[in-house]
Amino acid sequence: MSSETPTAVSLLARLNAGEITSAEVVSSLLDRAQRASKLNVFVHLDPQGTLAQARAIDARRKAGESVGRLAGVPVAIKDVLCVQGEPTTCGSRMLLNFRPPYDATVIAKLKAAGAILFGKTNMDEFAMGSSTENSSYGPTLNPWDESRVPGGSSGGSAAAVAADLAPLALGTDTGGSIRQPAALCGVVGLKPTYGRVSRYGLIAYASSLDQAGPFGHDLADTALLLSVIAGPDPHDSTSVDEPIADYSARLNTPPDTLRVGVVREFFGAGLDAEVGAAVQEAIRVYEQAGATIKEVSLPHSPYGIPAYYIVAPAECSSNLARYDGTIYGHRASDISPRYPGEEGLPPLVRMMMASRAEGFGAEVKRRIMLGTFALSAGYADQYYNKALQVRRRIRGDFDAAFKEVDVLAGPTSPTPAFKLGERTADPLTMYLSDIYTITANLAGIPGISIPCGLTKTNLPIGLQLLAAPFAEDKLLRIARVFERATDWHLKRPGLV
Amino acid sequence: MSLSNADVAKVALLARLRLSPGEIETFTGQLNSIVDYVAQLQELDTTDVEPLAHGIELRNVFRDDVRQPALDRERALANAPKRNQVGFLVPAVLE
Repeated sequence: MSSETPTAVSLLARLNAGEITSAEVVSSLLDRAQRASKLNVFVHLDPQGTLAQARAIDARRKAGESVGRLAGVPVAIKDVLCVQGEPTTCGSRMLLNFRPPYDATVIAKLKAAGAILFGKTNMDEFAMGSSTENSSYGPTLNPWDESRVPGGSSGGSAAAVAADLAPLALGTDTGGSIRQPAALCGVVGLKPTYGRVSRYGLIAYASSLDQAGPFGHDLADTALLLSVIAGPDPHDSTSVDEPIADYSARLNTPPDTLRVGVVREFFGAGLDAEVGAAVQEAIRVYEQAGATIKEVSLPHSPYGIPAYYIVAPAECSSNLARYDGTIYGHRASDISPRYPGEEGLPPLVRMMMASRAEGFGAEVKRRIMLGTFALSAGYADQYYNKALQVRRRIRGDFDAAFKEVDVLAGPTSPTPAFKLGERTADPLTMYLSDIYTITANLAGIPGISIPCGLTKTNLPIGLQLLAAPFAEDKLLRIARVFERATDWHLKRPGLV
Repeated sequence: MSLSNADVAKVALLARLRLSPGEIETFTGQLNSIVDYVAQLQELDTTDVEPLAHGIELRNVFRDDVRQPALDRERALANAPKRNQVGFLVPAVLE
């Protein structure tokens, strides 16, 4: 096998033709992962376990059994998704020794499709961050430039695909956590419509925003992985029973209509000039492909970040209340009073406070504090309910826009990959990394980032396309119009 | 508005987070900048706008009320920081 992994689709063709075995693929990737260990992509990778999965699939394939749609294909898994009996830490000290008692539904679907679960990938703690620097395992490095972040929170999954450590990966996106790292690492990343993919076994950060989705080098691979994980789930009452197209089979069918909206608000202050130019060029590619280009306004999008930083922390403060050192997760061994005022607290409360203080990192604590404040008596109306009202306005902007266009186009991230440490000092600066992605989560709509250029210093640039709820099929086919006309998806960081 | 160190200490207790005096100081500064930043939401007139709690709004998701398999006790207890044969152990709640 060459040093660069082929796409999942081409790998499947060779596996089905008997030209290569899954065990060979896996063992070559394990070697590669070892050579690339300084990137810090995997927080857990079990060579024997992955090889055993591969050999089992090889045996079934050889015996002529019907194998699944991803049979023998390695998929890297963000460490926020529960895999039964395997470490699932969310990048947190809190869950260092946690072994889930069940599989997330997306994991069960991957197993049923014959995929090889190829390691757990690094992430910002509990998916809170935009750089993968908030991980208790230390940051993942961007395969294109090791002095830069891969984006986040699914930075490990994006880097795994970018560095050819796995052809496919799963991430989750609460405010841009699939699309932004996809852009910064030069791969495709898709956030499905809220409810398209089950959240059962996805360790919750902000339940009304979290959604799992695929990473791949190209749209064919991304569509294939989405086809496998999509669908309603009785274990998740927010999953939605909407028809699922055969995304892979339909990918090359040209879209019925091709009206591209260019969002005025996505080209304002703070946008890097090279990123802006690459995205404008992408829009010209659509124009040449026969698209109708229309300038569109989403007037409430400037309120996306402030609304998100009320809604998401509020939900996080509630979701993360479960980590109290009682049922699972870290428990402090020393619970004696340490700071003034603690003497009067019951031992149980001190145990919980000490366990949470030791288990969580600074960003998680900050968001728990912010959410607890925004929901506290006297402030809930002013902050939380106000943010939910603004959220409906943001959704209304999208509903109006999608009456006139099929997709909205713009940059995924205002800048290419930034330097490690550059934005860690000031939380607000980091939050602005998600300025173009965050409104899609608030509105529940699907979005994709596809490679659309490289800066002069060879850093990837992502084009974001957004579509109406449950229009993933249209989104993929319109993205494919661009991919067919360009070769940005073939670029690799050139690791050994 | 402006949060004081005492306000932040109160929120920390509500959130069950033990914070050192230094952390309270840091969080007070950071939370104040974030709260100032999100205050721009107040610029918008949202009179009569129904709050949107989920992007995709579902109503009345029902299933038949039949008994389903559940985690057995041993698996439920397997990740407990402290346990005995039948349950989770915690420090005394009452003196």
